[in-house]
Amino acid sequence: MTRVAIVGLGFVPAQRKTPQYSYREMTYRAARQAYEDAGISPKEVDCFITCAEDLHEGTSIFDEYTPDQLGAVHKPMHTVTHDGLVGLACAWMAIESGAAELVVIEAHSKASNILTLDDLTTYAMDPALTRPFSLSPHFVAGLEMNAFLTQSENTEEACAAAVVLNRLRAGKNPAAAYGGETTVAQVLRSKPLSAPLKEAEKSPTADGAVVAVVASQERARRLKGRPIWIEGISWISDSPSLESREWGQAFYAQEAAAGAFRMAQITDPLREVDLFEVDDTYAYKELQHLEAIGLYERGKAGRAVLDAAQGPKDFPVNLSGGCLGRGDLLEAKGLYQIVELVLQLRGEAGKRQRACARRGFALSWRGVPTTSGAAAVLSKN
Amino acid sequence: MTEVAQNVKWIGENWKKEEVLHGKVFTFSDRPQARYAWDTGEAIGRYLAGFKQGKILGVRCRGCQRIMVPPRIFCELCFRDISEWVTLKETGRIRTFSVCYVTWDMKRIRKPQIPAVIEIDGASEGMGILHLVEAPRGDKPWERLRAGTRVQAVWKPKGLRRGAVTDIRFWRVLTGNANAGH
Repeated sequence: MTRVAIVGLGFVPAQRKTPQYSYREMTYRAARQAYEDAGISPKEVDCFITCAEDLHEGTSIFDEYTPDQLGAVHKPMHTVTHDGLVGLACAWMAIESGAAELVVIEAHSKASNILTLDDLTTYAMDPALTRPFSLSPHFVAGLEMNAFLTQSENTEEACAAAVVLNRLRAGKNPAAAYGGETTVAQVLRSKPLSAPLKEAEKSPTADGAVVAVVASQERARRLKGRPIWIEGISWISDSPSLESREWGQAFYAQEAAAGAFRMAQITDPLREVDLFEVDDTYAYKELQHLEAIGLYERGKAGRAVLDAAQGPKDFPVNLSGGCLGRGDLLEAKGLYQIVELVLQLRGEAGKRQRACARRGFALSWRGVPTTSGAAAVLSKN
Repeated sequence: MTEVAQNVKWIGENWKKEEVLHGKVFTFSDRPQARYAWDTGEAIGRYLAGFKQGKILGVRCRGCQRIMVPPRIFCELCFRDISEWVTLKETGRIRTFSVCYVTWDMKRIRKPQIPAVIEIDGASEGMGILHLVEAPRGDKPWERLRAGTRVQAVWKPKGLRRGAVTDIRFWRVLTGNANAGH
């Protein structure tokens, strides 16, 4: 097997609204930046991948609209209807198979353009068994949070602390849209969404675009940039059934992380990995995912988050501010995690730079009502 | 088994409309709520603002020198920024057309619509916009249309324009040139 690396990166900072450019113009900016970063022309690229959902774009067969802004006209191009981390896995596979040496992946969010996002998410529910109840899609998160807190004995205060911590950290991240200060009491006082889940515990949406250039070891050597290596990558789907899924535990996260760690030959993540970007689309998800990937024993993640929110503690989780602080970027969520890891591993993370960051981990989740996640381990060496 | 198969309708069979309406089968009705407010961005935003003023705007790429319409702020072939705007003429030639007897939701119509790609005068060859051509008078009006037929934009009155491609009502065949080919 060849080693595979991220050799170029471009992104638009997450923003609440982006009326100044269309999704094409926004993605073009990220692509130009990524190609300059890698020192390549798009003409050299063997294959392009976009991660997008038609309903989020408001355009059927959206994959037909993706080549222009990437410089992919007259080139192999396909769309993956999944989170950006799965796009990274597809790029990795294309290179490992020998089909390509240089691959570009892209994901973006124009969430501000979607006027009925919750309605669209409701269409992810089963039409015969679930939709007749006319529930908000966030009820699935409410059910899961309730089961998770009951089973793990984590607390609502600890979930609220994840909001406090991540929004505070987002304040140091110029690519985050929702940096700011809040308190556990304020979060707990916010309106119930689907109790025990509260409004402040749901990541607000944001717009943005990420483009990454991925190369084989051979190709990476001939490029100017500093490669960040993909040491492990894995993606898992559990059963979609609401009736019989593993409520409370994120099996997909456990298995995706185990697969990525195994591939990277990591046996003790807490010691061998320097920073973690872990999906926190809802605040409880950060705790649930930290326990699922084996970073904390069951019921212990909450204490760690509470401690970190109360003062300076070494807690290298979601230094970017996560989804709660950066914003929920739909299919681009996973690639924004990759942005943070790459910047940290290159030593380019500015005020939030973690000293001696050599290896990073990302776990993405596709959002309600899914039980699908992907994990990646990146390394600077 | 044969008897059961004859009396029970299985998923995949064609149900009669009455059977569905009278509750013989489980149905769930829903009205899709898929609403968007797309950002036009710089290129299409300026293009549509031009329509409101009765202008067709294009751009020129300094790399390939193509004059393009609809405009864009990057060239998809040269992959470079574009910032040079040009005002194009409101005349052009039909590149291809069709005589369409069904609406978007597949209802038959007596008076056909004529969608066409119109190459705009002043833009590079092959650069056109999709619009509607007014049916020429007489029976079988499409027999008077050809690839290459020259046409001119017919604008809505200024007060009715709203910055949309429909600010041009349609394209009318230029008299005397109707059959001019390439």
